[in-house]
Amino acid sequence: MAYEFTKEDLKQIEEIKSRYPEVMPATLPVLWIAQNRFGHVNPEVQKLVAHTLGLPQAHVHGVAEFYTQYYKEEKGKYVLDVCTCLSCQLCGGYDILHYLEDKLGIKKGETTQDGMFTLNEVECLGACGYAPMLQVTNDQYVNHLTKEKVDKLVETLKKGETPGYEKIGMPQHENI
Amino acid sequence: MSTVDWKNYDPVLIPDIKDLHQIDVYIKHNGYKAFESVLKDKMKWPDQKSVINEVKEANIRGRGGAGFNAGLKWSFMPPSDGGARYLACNGDESEPGTFKDRKIFEYNPHVFIEGALIAAYAMEITTIYVYIRGEYRVYIEMMEKAIADAYSKGYIGKNILGSGFSVDFYVHSGAGAYICGEETSMLESLEGKRGYPRVKPPFPAQKGLWGRPTTINNIETLAHVPAVISKGASWFKNIGAANHPGPILYGISGHVNKPGVYELPTGVPVLDLIHDVAGGMRNGKKLKAVIPGGSSTPVLRADQLDGITMDSESLRTVGSMLGTAGMVVMDEDTDMVDVLWRIAHFYHHESCGQCTPCREGTGWLEKILLKIKNGDGEVKDLDLLLDLTTQMEGRTICALADAAAWPVRFTINRFRDEFEARCKKSAFALA
Repeated sequence: MAYEFTKEDLKQIEEIKSRYPEVMPATLPVLWIAQNRFGHVNPEVQKLVAHTLGLPQAHVHGVAEFYTQYYKEEKGKYVLDVCTCLSCQLCGGYDILHYLEDKLGIKKGETTQDGMFTLNEVECLGACGYAPMLQVTNDQYVNHLTKEKVDKLVETLKKGETPGYEKIGMPQHENI
Repeated sequence: MSTVDWKNYDPVLIPDIKDLHQIDVYIKHNGYKAFESVLKDKMKWPDQKSVINEVKEANIRGRGGAGFNAGLKWSFMPPSDGGARYLACNGDESEPGTFKDRKIFEYNPHVFIEGALIAAYAMEITTIYVYIRGEYRVYIEMMEKAIADAYSKGYIGKNILGSGFSVDFYVHSGAGAYICGEETSMLESLEGKRGYPRVKPPFPAQKGLWGRPTTINNIETLAHVPAVISKGASWFKNIGAANHPGPILYGISGHVNKPGVYELPTGVPVLDLIHDVAGGMRNGKKLKAVIPGGSSTPVLRADQLDGITMDSESLRTVGSMLGTAGMVVMDEDTDMVDVLWRIAHFYHHESCGQCTPCREGTGWLEKILLKIKNGDGEVKDLDLLLDLTTQMEGRTICALADAAAWPVRFTINRFRDEFEARCKKSAFALA
């Protein structure tokens, strides 16, 4: 398929370019716009980004490859990034990862046959006090995971609903 | 030894005020008064240098992990030549165990914005970028809203409050790379490139973003600035540990009952943080080990912690560091071989690959530790690991290789019996 930015995207790209003295710094934000639009930044999308910014395709490819959050190929409708790093490891992150592997019938790094879920093991997401946890498709964090909470999350996502923001305050405070 | 009175401490960085993230609530609680004061009160702040001197005097030691005096760092900026100058605020927050700056983005974004604006005024900065890790999408949106609100109230933009001082402020999202928390790597990422750390010198103050003078500060570091300006350097210096003063955000995670982010003075005893602040050990287990300030800081055994406080001087006496004050607590059931292997896996995954000792070394550390973890290692592999760490440290452009090497050296040295017990008996020993 041919990938094209919408007029709205192009307007946003112009605004982003105005934040920097050069065009190249727009590479990361425009890759984000492209991924939000198309769901991934495969080589064809990278070509579009390069063409739109007037930058070499090799540059855009090199940047896309360096950063883990850019999907270089199509993923499932929902990408579940399970953290297993240090604090999550201590608090059962691997149990959650393996439970999801069994539940979805796939191994980490794979996508379910119906294209619904991609499961990844990821490095520290900065939610160490709320371990174990996962992130849904580069967006919301789901914290304090148990098997029951994972079951509920998967059911919710299957219905097409995405989880909302889980507010976790400061334990020494009453108002926040 | 004097003890820090943390029990009567009242948080100032993230006070217990509902909706403080809203600009009107922040202003109602004296928000942006410090910034207004440096712009307008010429008696108190005759010039930019007076602001830098006050911050230097306060000795706000960088809260991103390096612990360098923030005001001293500001003083390294060369005199303005009228061209572009940048402040890059580091909100990459990716060191395992660290989850504090997100609390500022969520609960008190304007104290950080105000601190960055004061820094910008003091250093004659023309544009501020706040670099936030891409995974923090929610917080990126919160910060974009807060910055837009500050623009609309006239605290950011052209000729701010009629002072003649102008500055722009933008959010730049990362996209998943631990290395971008390293300051020169962050500059590369801001310039739209792969996050490869730069060789220093030249230092960013001389040649930073687009070859122009640039200062990089951690989010929490900048968030301390408004209070230093309004209450004075001596107020700040009287809080917490003498050599590492001020309020600090402790992120406590692992096997404790009440993990989370706590604002307290520096210099709180490690054991008080675990047993009193964080509610003690989960399931009544015994404490085995603590990583005090993010995964790269050397692990400490429970028997090393008596009288040790959370500041760089005290931690140095037992061979560790304050780092980001992201404390990871481990109970008696923790398998140190598994933990160290997972840390090594992290650094291998995150090595940018630019320098050979790091690219290859982190891989070897992980590979040998996996062998030991699987019961296939030999005691001599432990010495091979220790030898490897000396071949990585100090031999690379940035400190990631050191950050990968330290946990290996210190975890093996401090839990040697446990590692040896996992190793195969050699043929010689069996005979």
